[in-house]
Amino acid sequence: MSSTPTIGRGPAGLGDRRRMLRSSREHPAWFLIPALAVLVVFFFVPTAFNFIYAFTDWSSFKSSIGFVGFDNIVALLGNGSLLGDLRITLVYAVLVAIFQNLFGLILALVLERDTRINRIARVAFFVPVVMSALAVGYIFQALLKPTGALNGIIGAVVGHPVSIAWLGSTSWTIVVVALIHAWKWMGLSMLIYLAGLKTISEDVVEAARLDGAGWWSSFRLIRFPLLAPAITFNVATALLGSMNGFDIVQATTQGGPGGTTELLNIFIFRTFGQGLFAQATTMSLSLFLMVAILAFPVIRFLRKREDVL
Amino acid sequence: MSSSSPTARLRRPLRTVQPIVAILLVVGLLGVPFWMVVVTAGKSLRQSLTPDLTLPTHWQLWQNIVTVLDQGRMLPALLGSLLVMVPSVVGVLLLGSMASWILARRRSRAMAAVYALAISGIVLPPAVVTIVLLLRQIGLAGTPLGMIGVYMGMYMSTVIFFVTGFVRTIPVELEEAARVDGAGPVKVFFRIILPLLGPTLATATILICLYIWNDVFYALFVVGGRLDTLPLNLYQVASSGLYLQNWNLIFAYIILMSLPLLITFMVMQRRIISGITSGAVK
Repeated sequence: MSSTPTIGRGPAGLGDRRRMLRSSREHPAWFLIPALAVLVVFFFVPTAFNFIYAFTDWSSFKSSIGFVGFDNIVALLGNGSLLGDLRITLVYAVLVAIFQNLFGLILALVLERDTRINRIARVAFFVPVVMSALAVGYIFQALLKPTGALNGIIGAVVGHPVSIAWLGSTSWTIVVVALIHAWKWMGLSMLIYLAGLKTISEDVVEAARLDGAGWWSSFRLIRFPLLAPAITFNVATALLGSMNGFDIVQATTQGGPGGTTELLNIFIFRTFGQGLFAQATTMSLSLFLMVAILAFPVIRFLRKREDVL
Repeated sequence: MSSSSPTARLRRPLRTVQPIVAILLVVGLLGVPFWMVVVTAGKSLRQSLTPDLTLPTHWQLWQNIVTVLDQGRMLPALLGSLLVMVPSVVGVLLLGSMASWILARRRSRAMAAVYALAISGIVLPPAVVTIVLLLRQIGLAGTPLGMIGVYMGMYMSTVIFFVTGFVRTIPVELEEAARVDGAGPVKVFFRIILPLLGPTLATATILICLYIWNDVFYALFVVGGRLDTLPLNLYQVASSGLYLQNWNLIFAYIILMSLPLLITFMVMQRRIISGITSGAVK
């Protein structure tokens, strides 16, 4: 690419050309090729296929693949699963982002000082991050059974047996699974908030204290705004990461009850298993577009907030 | 000096309350679930049908672990996990570092565009259904090699992002010195650049190992039913057949499967934590 002649670009072209020749000798472009080949074959080509096969009748029931236009989208819109699952995925992602950041921030503030107990507690809260999300899902499936340990504890506190179906509510179970997701990842948010708190200089906080600011007002007015970079990172990763969620919901509710926790990836997995490959592809394309459309505004919005402060 | 201000008076009780709050949080949020896992993993089948927090009447944790290892096909699954994880991580780090070196050093508009495209995979979700179709077309469907390629494609962006940022902090003069001695690009990369990438590559290794070791979603599509990995095996045994509702065996399996990463994390926690946080807060 850099060896193409640049004659006729005017006097500046000569110097540029010499520099480019030198840089192409010292940092040859072929070093890029293996990585780009892997990216193209295993990432970009499948992504491009999404835009093609979402408009076909590809399935396990017939050997040929034919073009059907917008039939898949019309069918998925018609039975309500496209908009329904997009909405559920978005609700799940927003809830996860809120809970994960709230818990992570509270943990960071509680465990901020460098004491022995706090150091041990920080390591302990990172254990769920290291564990498999599927395993976490199974643990909570057992914990949240109507006859499970959580109801047992609540029953002991209130004095009579309770049997709340935590995973059986068509309106609240989405909140419960988002809480589980947040529980698994809150240790990571905590670590990043702790690092963010460390970057705030003692002098600033001390100055506020001398001016009579209490713990809460110095947090709200000074430390919280200065945490903006950590918030940007945590909110963006939690929001965009949980849109791609699967393991925890599959292990706890499998999309139920009544499809009210059916994330896009749960639908994709189920329809793929039924052999309806084109419908699964259409949903995969929807997920891709939703993340792509949301990623850039979300990151830009959070960055802009940083600049204002 | 400010002993009369309200905050100073407030701070002393806070210091005695804080450790209690910390311990309560650990016990309530982590103690309860993990206690249930350990006691249930030590119970008999009859006792573990409804998992609770009571101690087993007699511990049979070891017996359950042997059952899982013996009947749960855990060893083949462990080998399967290693078979896809090790080459994926080595491959993605090596190829990603090579590309990052060039992307960090050459500052043309074309390179900036390639870089933007190369890191786009950090946020964009992989096209999981059509990957299967592609693997069929190139004859890699259901093979470990196909799975390795998919993982490399998924995490290449992350590696390029991390490593490119780091290479930019390495002075070019180090390369120049080697070049004066007649070293070509291959030698410069492997002798000068790659050794300096150590800490960054260590962090990236841990993160990617964590993702691949625990991945079940992409594995279900690409190698499900053909090759066993630990999470795939857990999914199969927990959702159907042998272990359905056998919580003692499910939890014994979970403990065994989590141990390798937990031990690695405990041993290297300082390094892992500083590695993860350094990139996030700037």
